[in-house]
Amino acid sequence: MENLIALLVAAPLLGAAVLLLGGRRLDRAGHLLGTVMAAASFGLAVVLFTDMLGRAGDDRSLHQHLFSWIPVGGFQADVAFQLDQLSMTFVLLITGVGTLIHVYSIGYMEHDERRRRFFAYLNLFLAAMLLLVLADNYLLLYVGWEGVGVASYLLIGFWQHKPSAATAAKKAFLVNRVGDVGLSIAIMLMFTTFGTFAFGPVLTSTGETSEGKLTAIALMLLLAACGKSAQVPLQSWLGDAMEGPTPVSALIHAATMVTAGVYLITRSGAIFNAAPDAQTVVVVVGAVTLLFGAIVGCAKDDIKKALAGSTMSQIGYMVLAAGLGPIGYVFAIMHLVTHGFFKAGLFLGAGSVMHGMNDEVDMRKYGGLRKYMPVTFVTFGLGYLAIIGFPGLSGFWSKDKIIEAAFAKGGAEGWILGAVTLLGAALTAYYMTRVMLMTFFGEKRWQPDAEGNEPHPHESPKSMTIPMIVLAFGSVFAGGLFSLGDSFIKWLEPVTAFEHGHSPLSAAVVTSATVVVLLIGVGLAWLQYGRKPVPVVAPRGSLLTRAARRDLGQDDFNHVVLVRGGEHLTRSLVYVDHTLVDGVVNGTAASVGGLSGRLRKLQTGYARTYAVSMFGGTAVLIAATLLMRAV
Amino acid sequence: MSLLAASATSTGEAVQFWILGTVAVLGALSTVLMKKAVHSALCLAATMIVLAVFYLANGAYFLGIVQIVVYTGAIMMLFLFVVMLVGVTAADSLKETLKGQRWLAALAALGFGILLIAGIGQVGISQFNGLAAANSGGNVQGLAALIFTKYVFAFEITGALLITATVGAMLLTHRERTERASTQRELAEKRVRENTHVPPLPAPGVYARHNAVDIPGLLPDGTPSELTVNKTLRERGQIRDVSQEALDDLKALEQRSAERLGRDREEENAQ
Amino acid sequence: MNPVNYLYLAALLFTIGATGVVIRKNAIVVFMCVELMLNACNLSLVAFSRMHGNLDGQILAFFTMVVAAAEVVVGLAIIVSLFRARHSASVDDASLMKL
Repeated sequence: MENLIALLVAAPLLGAAVLLLGGRRLDRAGHLLGTVMAAASFGLAVVLFTDMLGRAGDDRSLHQHLFSWIPVGGFQADVAFQLDQLSMTFVLLITGVGTLIHVYSIGYMEHDERRRRFFAYLNLFLAAMLLLVLADNYLLLYVGWEGVGVASYLLIGFWQHKPSAATAAKKAFLVNRVGDVGLSIAIMLMFTTFGTFAFGPVLTSTGETSEGKLTAIALMLLLAACGKSAQVPLQSWLGDAMEGPTPVSALIHAATMVTAGVYLITRSGAIFNAAPDAQTVVVVVGAVTLLFGAIVGCAKDDIKKALAGSTMSQIGYMVLAAGLGPIGYVFAIMHLVTHGFFKAGLFLGAGSVMHGMNDEVDMRKYGGLRKYMPVTFVTFGLGYLAIIGFPGLSGFWSKDKIIEAAFAKGGAEGWILGAVTLLGAALTAYYMTRVMLMTFFGEKRWQPDAEGNEPHPHESPKSMTIPMIVLAFGSVFAGGLFSLGDSFIKWLEPVTAFEHGHSPLSAAVVTSATVVVLLIGVGLAWLQYGRKPVPVVAPRGSLLTRAARRDLGQDDFNHVVLVRGGEHLTRSLVYVDHTLVDGVVNGTAASVGGLSGRLRKLQTGYARTYAVSMFGGTAVLIAATLLMRAV
Repeated sequence: MSLLAASATSTGEAVQFWILGTVAVLGALSTVLMKKAVHSALCLAATMIVLAVFYLANGAYFLGIVQIVVYTGAIMMLFLFVVMLVGVTAADSLKETLKGQRWLAALAALGFGILLIAGIGQVGISQFNGLAAANSGGNVQGLAALIFTKYVFAFEITGALLITATVGAMLLTHRERTERASTQRELAEKRVRENTHVPPLPAPGVYARHNAVDIPGLLPDGTPSELTVNKTLRERGQIRDVSQEALDDLKALEQRSAERLGRDREEENAQ
Repeated sequence: MNPVNYLYLAALLFTIGATGVVIRKNAIVVFMCVELMLNACNLSLVAFSRMHGNLDGQILAFFTMVVAAAEVVVGLAIIVSLFRARHSASVDDASLMKL
């Protein structure tokens, strides 16, 4: 069975290679090949999953050693795969949701002449992400990590003819590079500390290392996770990444890319557990991002950007949970999976809406769409209920557990974190209800565009609605299924360990509080957007709203601190270079030149001058010989 | 040949050395200092002949003869040929054009010469073995035995060098014709077209008092034509202008003719 | 007389030849001075031969003569072609090595 693991990665990789190298010949069948490859990988994952279920909890980890990659003395890097329950969860999510998004893209990208290339990039994205979660050492993980970066760059900038898309792709790539540097430093630290970077030896020998080193490694890993998972302070790329085609947004937000950071923290749990300071930082980052994303999501009128803020916020939940240690890892992953379902569904729904509305993204120009696209409305609605944590649906189970775990952190920290997560839940309910009301309820607010083309909202083709329906099922039932008899906890426990947190509040109290804040959020949104008509032109809004529309100044901050600072640094370096360095260099050159100008006079070009110097030189040689004899 | 074995030479050789040595040094100095290249060449030839005598005195009979035949005979003739070919140019002036060259040369020469002679003196060679034994079977035979045994490879390679040098010299001096040589007919047509020298050039010495290459021929009106003299001589300005003499001669001839004619007429008249 | 005098004479001739090479401008005379230097060497080689009592020195002088002959042939050919190109046999005219 373990020999099949490499095929999980190989299938989409082969698809990408064939599609990219095959050229235009494959234009007509390219999308089918890409989808088949993704589906093959999913089928294989299911086979491996059933096989894994057939074995005992401690015996479920599979290893495949493919080949020695860089065997240099003490530096041994292997291309080897590890498939345990954590990887299995990710593989199923990535390939499953990924395949659905492939199917959806067949319809969504139907009129794009570069569809084959799009599917090649999608396959590449899946392959890189699978490599990331299947690697059995950090170096190979890094390869997948960078592959994800490249694929996201290619996909976000897929409509490269739009300058905004090209810029967004560059931004995502550059911000991710900052995180990547963190990961590379972490790997180097690991090698110097442990002498290896394979998961097994590193994660089992954390007890023998000083806490300082572990904290450094953990913080570097956190930096990496912040980059990929769009956590504060490296969150700025996520909103702009909406410039990519909507299926890409769904893929990035649900199945790949942003989940990589959570995976990294969970996988490196042993390191974080041994470095409590780093864990605190993780929790703070998660909490800040949670609120940041939620506030941004509340103010955006662009449906995709509102959802992007939501993703940031939900990933913040997961990072917060992962930062809680063994009481939170399982719930972080569980929320990740349920989020994968409903966020993919929401994005695909948003894509479907845009598909019917001539690619309009401003929610203020939607309204009353439930009559025109009923399937989208229902699936989107189910996703909406799931994400706000409506009791019984997926989001409820996973988010409720995270809130409980936050309270269980204990002490003042526990109370603060619990309050933050509850506030986040209220905000989630508010902005998601806002999206829902502005899009599907109220009066229709769309108008003819400048050329007089009035949008004719219509339901999307089957290739788009079927994936949405499947994902809606996941959004409704996944959470409940996972919580049934604590099945998910038991499933992951051998890998991530699990402790029951001791919350100062009973589970029932937390659940009631969650439901109460949920109702408050929904109610507030209804008061603002449901009871009275939504203005087509956005009102000026309060200071906070305006700040949130500007992404709470994330780009201004980056501009002032990084761009300006960089400019000043560069200018001063240029000044030093011009005056000091060039001064020394030019001075040397000038003095050599001056000396040469003098020496040049000796070179008359007349053979006789040279002859006389040779003659004199011979005399000197004789003198030297005689002197040597005399001595 | 016992005289060659001693550390001191016979009185005869000493006398020969001092006299001929002086000649050699004077010849060498003249080679350097003579203004004209021809004179330098002749002085060098004299030095070389002296050296040939010295070779003979030192028991190098073969080399002495070769020095005279090859060096003085062949090589110096080659030099003279080239001197004639190249002609005399302004470069022959002894005026120094490079600043400080004379001083530097003198300094280097003094230092070099003094150090070299001091070096020889310091070694203090006193014993000369002489060539009596080596030349016992004859000098040429001895040399031949060495050349064709011990030095046979060097000899062969030297032969190759000579061949190469010959070919190289031919290559350097050979000029490839880039265009067809004009025929006499074409040259004549060209002269007519340009209206210069339409009749053939006058031969040298026509109407000349002396039949010599450096005397220009005279045109029908009695003026000399420089075209009749060799170009090299023309450039050197070595033309002996005899036109006035020729004109005077002509006048005298006419005078004489007139006198005779007059006498004849008087004789007729007298009859 | 001590035969070492031949060596002194050779040294003197060599120095005179070298000086001539340096101070003369006519390439042909310069070349003659080179020949003078070679002859001075030959004289010393012959004297060495007498000193050591074997013929190797003479052999060396013989080879020097042969090589000198070859050198003269090529050197004069160079002078002739230089003269053809520049209408001058002055070594100072060929000063293209200067910048």
